[in-house]
Amino acid sequence: MDNIYDEIIMEHGMNSYNKRKLDKCDFCEKGHNPNCGDDITIEVKLNGDIIEDMAFSGYGCAISQSSTSVMIDVLRGKTIAEAKEIIKTFIEMIKREITDEKELEKLEDAIAFKNVSNMPARVKCALLAWHTMEDLLKKNGK
Amino acid sequence: MDYKKDFPILVKNKEISYLDSGATTQRPKCVLDKIEEYYNNSNANPHRGTYSLSVKSTEMYENARKRIAKFINARFPEEIIFSKNASESLNLIAYSYGLDNVKKDDEIVISIMEHHSNLVPWQYVAKKTGAKLNYMYINDKYELSKEEIENKITEKTKIVGITHISNVLGTINNVKEIIKYAHKKGAIVVVDASQSIPHMQIDVQDLNADFLVFSAHKMFGPLGLGILYGKREILNKMSPFIMGGDMIEYVYEQDTTFAPLPNKFEAGTQNVGGVIGLSAAMDYIENIGYENIEKIEKELIGYAREELAKLDFLELYMTPNKENHSAVISFNIKGVHPHDVASMLDLDGVCIRSGNHCAQPLLKYMGLDSTCRASFSIYNTKEDVDKLVQGLKKVYNMFEKYLSN
Repeated sequence: MDNIYDEIIMEHGMNSYNKRKLDKCDFCEKGHNPNCGDDITIEVKLNGDIIEDMAFSGYGCAISQSSTSVMIDVLRGKTIAEAKEIIKTFIEMIKREITDEKELEKLEDAIAFKNVSNMPARVKCALLAWHTMEDLLKKNGK
Repeated sequence: MDYKKDFPILVKNKEISYLDSGATTQRPKCVLDKIEEYYNNSNANPHRGTYSLSVKSTEMYENARKRIAKFINARFPEEIIFSKNASESLNLIAYSYGLDNVKKDDEIVISIMEHHSNLVPWQYVAKKTGAKLNYMYINDKYELSKEEIENKITEKTKIVGITHISNVLGTINNVKEIIKYAHKKGAIVVVDASQSIPHMQIDVQDLNADFLVFSAHKMFGPLGLGILYGKREILNKMSPFIMGGDMIEYVYEQDTTFAPLPNKFEAGTQNVGGVIGLSAAMDYIENIGYENIEKIEKELIGYAREELAKLDFLELYMTPNKENHSAVISFNIKGVHPHDVASMLDLDGVCIRSGNHCAQPLLKYMGLDSTCRASFSIYNTKEDVDKLVQGLKKVYNMFEKYLSN
């Protein structure tokens, strides 16, 4: 099995610059994996249709924390429609539902999590932030 | 002595160090063979048919019950009730004994180190009856002190639930003393022996336990079989738990009379293959001998305790009293999540458990969310411990530079 713990995941998982509070945020959403205790809160600041800034707080394993942080890097500056498409692609990648590798390009750094699909026990750690962001958009009518 | 060779899965997967026997052990070939042999030669629904194959199946099932009764020194075979797992055995006690015998303002006392299966059912009984659920807490040695036990078990206590060995800490509780004290106060005692019976001789008469439960799969037997031992005079007075076929005497349109023990508590077709398998697992244990098992495991755990204690980046959650410590060791690499530790060890073929081990109140009491847990059995060797230690060093080296920030 390939080692998932590469530079990107270790950097983002242990000491993320995205782990902070926004001065002002429009929406926030809590995500929780009761079985392992991963617990995150995602904050989003919008500028019209564009995600101007995001941040997160919480705790958990390196995979859940890095996945949250990398997601924030990738979604920052995107439109809501683009963000939804990226989230959908990420979830499909982890669930191994994507056959065309070219589709993964839009994930940018988040492609680092591709091998989590080989670690079924950790899939929920990698997906926590993305499902939480999905919920956040849905709940707020976006 | 190499016991790995008795276990086909360990022979086939030589690269694996299986350190999760506290969750479930592997099964030796002799157990797997007996189960297969039963299905190949003797399978029929017991207690039902008049034809000889069913009679044979019934005989094997009931002989296994006798064998299991003898193994834990129960007085009567009908004191052994089969269930799906230890959780179901505990639920049976909670529903059939607890709900009928606990009244408002009575007390149920359990230890903080109980597995959820010996905790959640008692919460339910307490809520339903208006009783109080009180906890015996551990001291800084991860043990229950005599004072704590005697402070918590009072004249109001009707039921004491206690695990023989903690599945998180490995602490061996002095259940014999707890039972003696609880009886003096008029309470009955439910012992969870799931973690102890794979490692030490259980004698229900010597302990004087009122109820004692365990599961087959943690002692080299098959999955899907739990055992409930109960004193006959208590079981006789209890109402059935699950209703249906084979647990009845006469069924009328509006009324039913129930079968005597043990059938009263065994509704529906039972796991005969599983019972045969457990009986074979007990043969396997007896052939090695508990004395031998204890000797081998003591040396192994002693070695593991020493080697792990040398790693200064580890936090170890175990009693300093070696004599009170069984085959489970919980630990954390400071600052690294247990799931990451377990996933990285897995890359090197070391199988440990990470999480809350179905003991959330205990972990919360200890100020933790989760731990890594290595648990050992007769087939583990010092090489397995070495592989664990090497693996932990590797994990720490990878995380070290991120931890110092």
